[in-house]
Amino acid sequence: MRWEWLPKYMPLLLNGLGITLMVLVFSVIVGFILAIPVALVQVTKKPVWYQMAVAFCSYIRGTPLLTQIWILYYGLGSIFPLIPGMRENFMWLIRLDAIYYVLFAFTLSFIGYEAEVLRGALASVNKGELEAARAIGMSERQVLRRVWLPSAIRKILPNLAGDVIGQLKATPLAFTVPVMDLMGVTSKIRQDTYLVYEPLLFLAAIYLVLTFLITRAFLYVERQVPARR
Amino acid sequence: MILAAAIPFSELLSYGDKGFGDEMFWGAIRTLQISFFGYAFGLALGLLGAIGKLFGGSFLRLALDGYTTILRAIPELILILLLYYAGTDSLNALLVLLGREPIQVNGLVAAVVVLGIVQGAYATEILRAAIQSVNIGQIEAARAFGMSPVQTFKRVILPAMMPNAVPGMCNLWLEITKASALISVVGFTELALATRQAAGVSKQYLILFLVAQAIYLTISIVSIKLFARAENNYRRGQQKLAEA
Repeated sequence: MRWEWLPKYMPLLLNGLGITLMVLVFSVIVGFILAIPVALVQVTKKPVWYQMAVAFCSYIRGTPLLTQIWILYYGLGSIFPLIPGMRENFMWLIRLDAIYYVLFAFTLSFIGYEAEVLRGALASVNKGELEAARAIGMSERQVLRRVWLPSAIRKILPNLAGDVIGQLKATPLAFTVPVMDLMGVTSKIRQDTYLVYEPLLFLAAIYLVLTFLITRAFLYVERQVPARR
Repeated sequence: MILAAAIPFSELLSYGDKGFGDEMFWGAIRTLQISFFGYAFGLALGLLGAIGKLFGGSFLRLALDGYTTILRAIPELILILLLYYAGTDSLNALLVLLGREPIQVNGLVAAVVVLGIVQGAYATEILRAAIQSVNIGQIEAARAFGMSPVQTFKRVILPAMMPNAVPGMCNLWLEITKASALISVVGFTELALATRQAAGVSKQYLILFLVAQAIYLTISIVSIKLFARAENNYRRGQQKLAEA
């Protein structure tokens, strides 16, 4: 075991940790918010939107995230330059940097998985509660915000920890398009130093710690939420 | 809008079909191969793990807890890289120790073993929970009849646990068909890598990846249907759950 590379690469690794955490936090928060309407149109069976949401969820859950990232980065990325005028404006910068594609792909993925969970939770909320809310004159928006969503979110809270950890465990896929996240930095270290195991073991240890921290954080949040079942 | 402006669609499709149909077909076959054998290996490990966790001594249980906890907390991609290099290295070290020549490990076997070890951790937990869902009285009754542990397992535990195990096993299968794409990082040419190579040659990334994803999606959808049928089969004779 050789570890003398560690101090030298520490700044890069910290930077990579930042990128990994940014991908995780951004995709989880934005994905969760956008999953709400995707779940809602499925529960309310809103025509056209319903079919589109179901198709979207099956696509996301039925194909590997790796190919989803590649199709965005290589697929969309390869047709952007064909569009006239594309190189002249600010979109060109976005086309260039892989991190935007990664953020987009991970967010779409989290929407797909979380909408499915939310759909089940929204459908299982006690109908009487919703009727009561409507009966005292709340608008549909108010019913959703005050009764339906809080109740559904409380139901999925125990599963949310698992979903966020699942998302964390997907983040190393980002390195397959040029992104210097933790995994990207690790493979650079492996190329520079010709070490096979040490960088990977170090990376595995970081992910173990992150998983542990997320588990504890969610346990803490769960204990703060009043639950009477 | 973007699509219409940029791509002569028919041309791409015919190109993809003529030039790269065979590569992608064999890629899909290899994806199914490593998924299937990895799945079988993972389930076998999981069954042993579940039995060990439920009936094993305290040391075995501790070791299995370590196995399932650590493997489920580390990203599959990292595990695949670690296990792939560690597995081939230690095998070759062993061969050298025995005075043989080091060998190039067959990519298919390595992929199956690596995916199986990772899946085994998840399968252990699913099968353990399914076995625990079997009414303990039925197991005690089987023992009281004088059935051996193997007979008890075959005649009582297995039929009773299957309805509870199938949904989890379905998820595991869907997971492994998708996780098999990760094997591409160690250079095994399954569907994802075959597609990427074909796209690299032809520069038709979008259309070829769409075809690949359609194949993955078909595998998923057909699998879900088959597993649902299997679950129905195992639940025959059970009371139907009330319609929601």
